[in-house]
Amino acid sequence: MMGINKNAVQVMAEIVSNKKVGAYNHIVFSVGDIANHAKPGNFVAIAVGGANSAMVLRRAFAIYRTFDKGNSGGLLEIVVAPHGAGSTWLTNQAPGFKVDLIAPLGTAFGIPTQPVRALLVGGGYGSAPLFGLSEVLKNRGCRVDMVLGASTAMKIYAPLDGKRSVNSLTIVTEDGTTGLTGKVTDVLGDIIETNEIDIIYSCGPMGMLEAINQISSNFGVVHQCAIEESMACGIGVCMTCVLPIKGEDGVVRMLRSCIDGPVVDGDTVIWNSKRTIPDGTWGAH
Amino acid sequence: MFNFETSLGQASFANPIFTASGCAGSGRELSQFFELTELGAVVTKSIMLKPRSGRATPRMAETPSGMLNSIGLQGPGIDIFLEKDIPWLRDQGANIVVSIAGESVEDYAVLARKLRSVSGISALEVNISCPNVENRGQVFACHPETARAAIEAVRRNIGGELPIIAKLTPDVTSIAMIAEEVVAAGADALALINTVLGMVIDTNTMRPKLAGKTGGLSGPAIRPVAVRAIYQVHEAMPQVKILGMGGVATGRDAFELILAGASAVSIGTATFGNPTAVMKIKEELKAGLIAHGFDSLKEAVGYAHRVEGNL
Ligand SMILES: Cc1cc2nc3c(=O)[nH]c(=O)nc-3n(C[C@H](O)[C@H](O)[C@H](O)COP(=O)(O)OP(=O)(O)OC[C@H]3O[C@@H](n4cnc5c(N)ncnc54)[C@H](O)[C@@H]3O)c2cc1C
Ligand SMILES: Cc1cc2nc3c(=O)[nH]c(=O)nc-3n(C[C@H](O)[C@H](O)[C@H](O)COP(=O)(O)O)c2cc1C
Ligand code: FES
Repeated sequence: MMGINKNAVQVMAEIVSNKKVGAYNHIVFSVGDIANHAKPGNFVAIAVGGANSAMVLRRAFAIYRTFDKGNSGGLLEIVVAPHGAGSTWLTNQAPGFKVDLIAPLGTAFGIPTQPVRALLVGGGYGSAPLFGLSEVLKNRGCRVDMVLGASTAMKIYAPLDGKRSVNSLTIVTEDGTTGLTGKVTDVLGDIIETNEIDIIYSCGPMGMLEAINQISSNFGVVHQCAIEESMACGIGVCMTCVLPIKGEDGVVRMLRSCIDGPVVDGDTVIWNSKRTIPDGTWGAH
Repeated sequence: MFNFETSLGQASFANPIFTASGCAGSGRELSQFFELTELGAVVTKSIMLKPRSGRATPRMAETPSGMLNSIGLQGPGIDIFLEKDIPWLRDQGANIVVSIAGESVEDYAVLARKLRSVSGISALEVNISCPNVENRGQVFACHPETARAAIEAVRRNIGGELPIIAKLTPDVTSIAMIAEEVVAAGADALALINTVLGMVIDTNTMRPKLAGKTGGLSGPAIRPVAVRAIYQVHEAMPQVKILGMGGVATGRDAFELILAGASAVSIGTATFGNPTAVMKIKEELKAGLIAHGFDSLKEAVGYAHRVEGNL
């Protein structure tokens, strides 16, 4: 069992900018030193609704990227889909407003020591953490292909500078409003074969991650995915965010996705276990 | 000098602000945000005899000013807990209250035996009220006989001086009656209240949202229930110390529970929204007590019960 990200701190972070991009809001926070410690895959937990809010729990968002601006302080960026009341409240806050933010939290994408051929797959706002990852991989001499998918064009998040950071970008939408028509999983097999992919990194809805994992298993390619489980605290104290993961000893345990995740090895996850505890899980009875 | 000290049974604490069982793990994560020695005590997650996977997910639903949970007492079991968590907490210099939960009266007896010789523990909180375990209809604290049997089993086996704090559920017709029963069975103090049984139905799937269907409601939504329970029990047995909890998010809220009769206050759900909530609440409570003219915490305990006409 792992511990909390040792760099995690709580700060009051001022919103520096908040802009609508397609179906999402791109929000930039001034976070000081946190920017130096956040790694691609880490997330932030933000208190929403203001001081007397009826929303008592934090909301989790993947870190899109961070900048160290030297003396003027570090910046941290996220991409938010207005989903329910909490995320919508956040997208409505103006620059100058300060939010209570904890970061960096959770695990990060593992970076290979060798220059490998990587395929990054993002669903909806799940693309956000992949651009920072892509930069790190490119700096290590990796080839980076990217596939982004969503139901519709508005839900593809692919800023220009992000596009430049990859060797190839394939976009797939279910309604065909941009790119190819279909799902990301329709195109993965071809890319894995043609580009001789060594590792897949993914972020998006659980169903998509599970489908990607089936493909990566079939091809014998390593798959690291950032999962999204409902979280009450984000810091490892509530045990609400668990999912069944097989350890190196072969034992399946209910692990906290905010501590042992969000980035996990796809082959260790017991997929499709919502609403059940898989047989043989440690402590099941 | 303002005196913030408090006691539960024979155990003394430097201040009355504790974590709530199940809302702080065993302290490791929170120790990244503040020194655990700043707390009156760390109350650890209820530990059972054997490792336990807990319930399937979803385990959580946010509700207005609260949340519903059905964790199902996930944990490593008492042996690993004693090997890993207790020594670590001792090294931190934290004041430790261990919470235990059992599935049978015998479980409580065995747990008490395993804990009796462990050093560095201030008190035992006996969770006889978790509504999340299997056989939900049979929550110990819902029936006088089973509540009594569980506490008696701990009393018989704990030996020595370790105070027993019995943690009760508010989901009963008369909490004062159950409280009298467990005190007669040997409880030194009471922890009030555990979560309130509830349910959320997802109107999209049109099924209960939690995999366990029902869950325990916590957070500010249940604070009036906690205040009522503490008030009634303190009225019935003013000599029995109460560790109060339920929806405390500010120093003012902690003060409210103290006025009702709590000698110490545990903070649960507020920690999920803010890992440093306990520190904030502690400072606010102290400032509030001083502003109201109290020289000590003890003077404020149960102050709402003073007879009409008195100031
Ligand atoms: C590790 C992680 C990274 C995430 N990254 C992003 C991101 O980059 N951009 C983004 O827009 N969203 C992201 N999400 C999802 C985001 O946290 C939810 O959309 C948000 O919590 C919904 O809150 P709400 O009040 O708007 O919705 P409500 O449905 O009203 O929320 C009610 C409760 O359910 C929880 N909840 C609801 N949906 C989710 C969900 N999908 N995941 C986790 N908790 C949920 C909330 O935290 C809240 O406690 C991420 C989630 C996790 C766990
Ligand atoms: C996620 C969660 C887990 C809990 N686990 C336990 C537990 O293991 N043992 C216990 O006695 N109470 C448990 N509780 C109940 C709390 O200790 C507390 O009694 C209750 O939540 C009310 O306080 P609050 O409103 O401050 O959270 C749990 C509560 C929550 C929200
Ligand atoms: S969200 Fe609370 S333990 Fe992971």
